[in-house]
Amino acid sequence: MTELISLFQAGIVFGTVILYGATGEILTEKSGNLNLGVPGIMYLGGIMGLMGVFFYEMNNPDPSPILCVLIAMSCAFLASMLGGLIYSLLTITLRANQNVTGLTLTIFAGGFANFFGGSLMKLAGGVGQINVATTSAAFRATLPFVPNLPALPRMLLGFGFMAYLAVVVAFVVSWVINRTSVGLNLRAVGENPATADAAGINVTKYKYLATCLGAGISGLGGLYYVMDYTKGTWDSAGGIESLGWLAVALVIFSTWRPKRGIWGAYLFGLLSWLYFYIPGLTRRSMELFKMLPYLVTVIVLVAASLRRRREDQPPAALGLPYFREER
Amino acid sequence: METQRAIRMVDITKTFGQVVANDRISLDIYPGEILSLLGENGSGKTTLMNMLSGIYLPDSGQIYVNGNKVNIRSPKDAYALGIGMIHQHFKLVDVLTAAENIVLGLNEHRLIDLHNVRQRVKEICDRYGFAVDPDKKVYDMSVSEKQTLEIVKVLYRGADILILDEPTAVLTPQETDKLFVVMRNMKADGKAIVIITHKLHEVMEISDRVAVLRRGKYIGDIATKDTNPQQLTDMMVGRAVSLNIDRPEPQNKQERLVVQGLTVLDAEGVKRLSNVSFTAYGGEILGIAGITGSGQRELLEAVAGLQAIQPGSSICLHTADGKETELVGKSPLEIYKLGVGLAFVPEDRFGMGLVGSMDLVDNVMLRSYKSGKSMFTDRKTPKALAQKIVDELDVVTPGLNIPIRRLSGGNVQKMLVGREIAGSPSLLMTAYAVRGLDINTSYTIYHLLNEQKAKGAAVIYVGEDLDVLLELCDRILVLCAGQVSGIVEGRKAKKEEVGLMMTHLGKEAQAYAQDA
Repeated sequence: MTELISLFQAGIVFGTVILYGATGEILTEKSGNLNLGVPGIMYLGGIMGLMGVFFYEMNNPDPSPILCVLIAMSCAFLASMLGGLIYSLLTITLRANQNVTGLTLTIFAGGFANFFGGSLMKLAGGVGQINVATTSAAFRATLPFVPNLPALPRMLLGFGFMAYLAVVVAFVVSWVINRTSVGLNLRAVGENPATADAAGINVTKYKYLATCLGAGISGLGGLYYVMDYTKGTWDSAGGIESLGWLAVALVIFSTWRPKRGIWGAYLFGLLSWLYFYIPGLTRRSMELFKMLPYLVTVIVLVAASLRRRREDQPPAALGLPYFREER
Repeated sequence: METQRAIRMVDITKTFGQVVANDRISLDIYPGEILSLLGENGSGKTTLMNMLSGIYLPDSGQIYVNGNKVNIRSPKDAYALGIGMIHQHFKLVDVLTAAENIVLGLNEHRLIDLHNVRQRVKEICDRYGFAVDPDKKVYDMSVSEKQTLEIVKVLYRGADILILDEPTAVLTPQETDKLFVVMRNMKADGKAIVIITHKLHEVMEISDRVAVLRRGKYIGDIATKDTNPQQLTDMMVGRAVSLNIDRPEPQNKQERLVVQGLTVLDAEGVKRLSNVSFTAYGGEILGIAGITGSGQRELLEAVAGLQAIQPGSSICLHTADGKETELVGKSPLEIYKLGVGLAFVPEDRFGMGLVGSMDLVDNVMLRSYKSGKSMFTDRKTPKALAQKIVDELDVVTPGLNIPIRRLSGGNVQKMLVGREIAGSPSLLMTAYAVRGLDINTSYTIYHLLNEQKAKGAAVIYVGEDLDVLLELCDRILVLCAGQVSGIVEGRKAKKEEVGLMMTHLGKEAQAYAQDA
C-alpha cells in the first residue's frame, strides 16, 4: 500500500512537469507552430528560475518566501518566453524550418542550462551545494492540516501549489481555445492561415503570442522540476530533457486537447516510474519499462489514424510557414 | 439622374516584379447590377478584384467606394467598406462548423455565441433563398454547400458589393442554376455583384454588363444585351477567333478498347461502376458525359490500372498490330512495360499527373526514367523532349529548370498533355482536360486531341461542358450513377437529351423525352 502511494506521488510529480510542458506546447501548436524546443525551453525555465532566487537568497540573509516564489516564477516564465521569442523570430518572421529550429533550440538551451548550472555549483562551493532552502520550502509547502490527514487525502493534497496550478492552467487553456473568440481565431490560424488572414485575423500576431505564451507555460515545468523534484538544486543528468520529450509525446497522445492532457500526464508520470516499483528488474529490463510512455503514444497515434476522426488530427497547417503572397 | 456608383476604380496599376498585372485600369461598379469581368487566364481579373478585397495593394491609382476615396489595406478594411470576395479556392477552415467559420475573425463577443449566429444565418438564407446548416462541419460539405457558406459568410459581414471569382468552375449545371437564382435575388436587393469568369454562355445568361480585360489592360465594357459571344471573344483574345471546334470524320475506325461488364467498388464497398460495357475505336473521340462523381474517374483509373476491379470484368486493348491485351489485374507499371501505348491525362494534375516541385525535365522524365540499362538516368532525351513540347505547344515558361508548379494552369496542362502524347499512344484518356483553361489554350488542347485522332489513336474525353462534348466528340457515352445510360452520336444528339440521360437511366430518359 505504501509502495503504491509513493508510486502515485512520484507519478504525479513527474506528471506535473510533463503537464506544464504539454499544455504550453498545445497552445503553441494550435497556432500551427511545431516547437520541438520544449525540452530546451523547460531547461531555460528551470535554470533561470533557479538562478534568480539563488542570487536573491545569497544576498539576503532573511529572504521572504513570497518574494522567492515570485522571483523564481517570473524569471522562469520570462526566460522561457524569450526562448519562444527566438523560435518565433526564426520560424515566423524569417521562415526557417520549424523542426530544425526547435531541435536546435533544445540543444542550445540544454548546453546553456548545464553550463550555468555548473557555474552556480561553483559559486555555491561544489556539486550539490546550491542552496535555495527558503524557495524550495515555499514551493513544496502544503496546507498546514495536511500532514494529519489519513493516507489517501494526504496523498491528494500533499503537493506544492504548482501541482494544482498545472491543472488550473490546463483547464484555462482549454477554455480559451474552445470557448472564446480569441481561441476560435487561434484554431483557424493553425488550421488554415490563409483563411484566417482573409477573415481579418492578424496571423503573425497570433502565432507570436501563442508561441511565446506557450513557451512560458512549458518553462514552468522545468521550474517545478528544479524546485520540487530536485529540491532547489541543479541536476545535470538530463532529467528535464527526457521529461520534455515526454511532454511532446503527450501533446500527440492528448490529440491536442489540454483536458485530456491532464490524465495523460499522470499516466505518463506513473509509467515512467513503474520500473522502480516492479520487483526483480535488472538494469536491462528496466529500460524496457521506461519505453512504456512512448509505446502508449505510438498506440494512440495508430488508433487515431485508424479512426480518422478529423477532430483528432493535428492542426492542418502544423509545421508549415505562412506567407501571404505565395501562390 | 446618374446612378450612384458603388465603386469607382481609377487608373489602377499593379506590378509583380517585372510583370504588369494591371495597367492603368479604370472600372465602375453599380448597385443592383451584375457585372461580368471577362478575360483570359492571366489577364489580371483576379488581381484587380484582390485589390478591392484588400489582399493586394495597388501601386498607383485611386479607389472610391460610394463616392469616398478609400485606402483598402487588408481584408478587414474591405469588410468594413461592405466589400466581400468569394475566392476561387474557398477560404474555410475544414474542422470548424459553418457557424464558426462565419464568425471567424469578427470578435463580436468575447465568448463564442453561436445561438445568435444561427438566427442571423437563417434570416440571410430565407431572404435570398438558400440553405446552410450552421452546425455542419465544413469537411462534411459538398463543394456547392461550401460555396453557399462562403456567400453567407460575406453577407453576414454586411457586404453590399460581392465579388465572385470563377464561382461556377466547380459546380454542376444544376448547382450553377441555383447559384444564379441566388445572384438574381441579391441583385434585386440592390447589391452590386461582380462575377469573374471566362465562360461566355454564363456571361450571356447572368450578367447585365460585361467588362473585358486583356493582358492587364482594360479593353472596354458593353451591355450584355447588345453583344454576343463572338464579339466578346474577339475583345478578349484581341483578334477574331473561330468558336467552332473542328471535328473531322473518323478515318478507318478499328476496335481499340473493349470494356465488358466492368464493376468497381470503392473503399466503403459502394458500387462506383456497375456492369459498364463499351468499345472505343481508334480514329475517333469518345466523349464521356455525366454529373460529377458518376464514375468517370473510376472508369479511367480502372483502365489505367489504378482501381481494384471486381471479378467478371474485362478490359481488352487491341493494338494496331492486331495483338489483344487484357488489362485487368495489371499495375500501371506492368501496363507501361507492355508498351501498348496507354496515355492518361488525369483530372488531378498535380496529385496524379505531375510533381509540382520538380522541374519540367524531371516531370517529362517521370514517364521514362526506368528505361535503359545504365545505373544513371538519361536526362538528355527527356530534356530534348521537354524543349520540344515547350516549342511546339507555346508553353510560356522562364526555362526548363523551374518547378512546374510556378507555371500557370494552362501551361501546366500543355506540358502534361504534351508528355502523354509524345509516345504516340494507341489510347489517350483525358479527364477534364480543359478545366480552368482559357479559350485559347482550350482550343490548343482540342486541336491536339484531333491530331491524335487523325493519327489513329482512340481518344477518350471526359468533359463537363456539354456544348464542347457535342461539338468535339464522335460519340458520347453518358454515365448515370455508375451505369451506362446510353451512347449517342455526337453529330446528332441534342443537349437536352444528353442532360436527361445524365440524371435518368436510358429508358426512363426516353420516356421523359416523349412526355415533354
